[in-house]
Amino acid sequence: MFTSLRRIIKSGFRGFFRDGGLMVATIFVLILVITLATSLFLFSGVSKFIIALVEEKADISVYFKEDVMEIDIFEVREELVKIPEVKGIKYISQERALDDFIERHKENPVLMASLAEVGHNPFLASLNIMAFDPGQYQNIVSFLETPDFTTLVEKVDYYERRPVIERIFSITSTANKVFIFLSIILAIVAILVTFNTTRLAIYNTREEIKIQRLVGAGSWFIRGPFLIQGILAGILAALICLALISLATWFLSPRIEVFFPGLNIFEFFSINLWQIILIQFATGILLGIISSFLATRKYLRV
Amino acid sequence: MISFQHVTKIYSCNSIALEDVSFDIKEKEFVSLVGKSGAGKTTLLKLLLAEEKPTQGKIFFEGKNVNEIKSTRLPEFRREIGSVFQDYKLLSSKTTYENIAYALEVVGASDQEVARDVPKVLEIVGLTEKANNFPAELSGGERQRAAIARALIHRPEVILADEPTGNLDPYHSLDIIQLLLKIQEMGTTVILATHNKEVINSLEKRVITLEKGRVIRDEEKGRFIL
Repeated sequence: MFTSLRRIIKSGFRGFFRDGGLMVATIFVLILVITLATSLFLFSGVSKFIIALVEEKADISVYFKEDVMEIDIFEVREELVKIPEVKGIKYISQERALDDFIERHKENPVLMASLAEVGHNPFLASLNIMAFDPGQYQNIVSFLETPDFTTLVEKVDYYERRPVIERIFSITSTANKVFIFLSIILAIVAILVTFNTTRLAIYNTREEIKIQRLVGAGSWFIRGPFLIQGILAGILAALICLALISLATWFLSPRIEVFFPGLNIFEFFSINLWQIILIQFATGILLGIISSFLATRKYLRV
Repeated sequence: MISFQHVTKIYSCNSIALEDVSFDIKEKEFVSLVGKSGAGKTTLLKLLLAEEKPTQGKIFFEGKNVNEIKSTRLPEFRREIGSVFQDYKLLSSKTTYENIAYALEVVGASDQEVARDVPKVLEIVGLTEKANNFPAELSGGERQRAAIARALIHRPEVILADEPTGNLDPYHSLDIIQLLLKIQEMGTTVILATHNKEVINSLEKRVITLEKGRVIRDEEKGRFIL
């Protein structure tokens, strides 16, 4: 048993180095597939970051009537916090709203003059609410429209922002669906390409497989070395790919950060390094084994 | 030891390879199968090796019905037979030594047995000097001797030789036949399929003559008559 296993491994290694040209072709295809798998992983990280960035821009504000006491607003906030869809609430007092306005428009004399003309603080206190998902704002608004709150609330700006929020919701959910669809298609293409390359490589040795069969070799004794070659090709491809992706993320990271401040792709790569290594080796080794297994099966029927 | 009982092999309605073939082969016998190309010699050997299934009839090898052997048990069965082919069928990616050792490895021989037996057999077939050469680096005669060495290394009960001299010149043909005779004298049954008249006539052994898939003659100390 162990002698056979040792012979299979030895024969696999020998075949790997003797069939250099074919192995280079297989490794090259595997590199493409592993790069694709890693890119999908990195892209999913990047797209989550961008979607979160966009979703942060989507929020609603609840403006309270002028005579509502601050303590009542805090009570409303306590009630809102209990809703599971609510991610965060920020209270903006009348004074804070005025300060923000002045800060934003201090360079605009017309607006400043108009404010002086009004003579008092025209801004209302508000609660700025953020949901976990843009699709959940309608539930929060429905909650605020119950009779308990309508006496306190002057207006909720959801209906003015709804088109923008719904658009963001639609874009992010479409982006997710497209991402999943593309991943599946690319994965299928990658598997087929790898399988075909391996099949071509093994097709060249079909006569040898037949001879081995006629000499009395068992299926695993014949198949084993091909599986070992598949594993070796997978490991080598994963190592090359890891080096390439490390270099690419390190090189591209500062350039991407120019467009998306805060998005450090090399940092994302470093944090998820073990997961990426696992993805790369699992993709390479599994593809190598499965495609070798399927490709040899046909020629073993002698 | 080997028994063909009313064996017929039909590939298609206008391609009948064997028709109602029956004969027995005893242990340690040297039997030649002769016939023109297409007479059914190779089909007969393929049936014995369970590479093909007969359309009708039964083939027994040491009491076992060859066609009832499950595919998972086929490797084990084939290890009892050594095969030599006209086109040598050596593993091109392995050296002469590795090709011969492979037949021992598949039967689970230890490393010591491989190291002990392969050089001996290489010496018997006169290929010691070519042990580390790949098949592409050997002459036709050397390749056939390597194939014979591989066929006999695991001491099979029977050796099937399908046109082993088909690609060789007369000198090398004689060389190969002498080797097969030596193997038979050592106690192995040899079945030789050939259409080489001179070889058959020089042997003075049993000859089964096939014509259009039928046995037309079966003689002890037979001659090549077609």
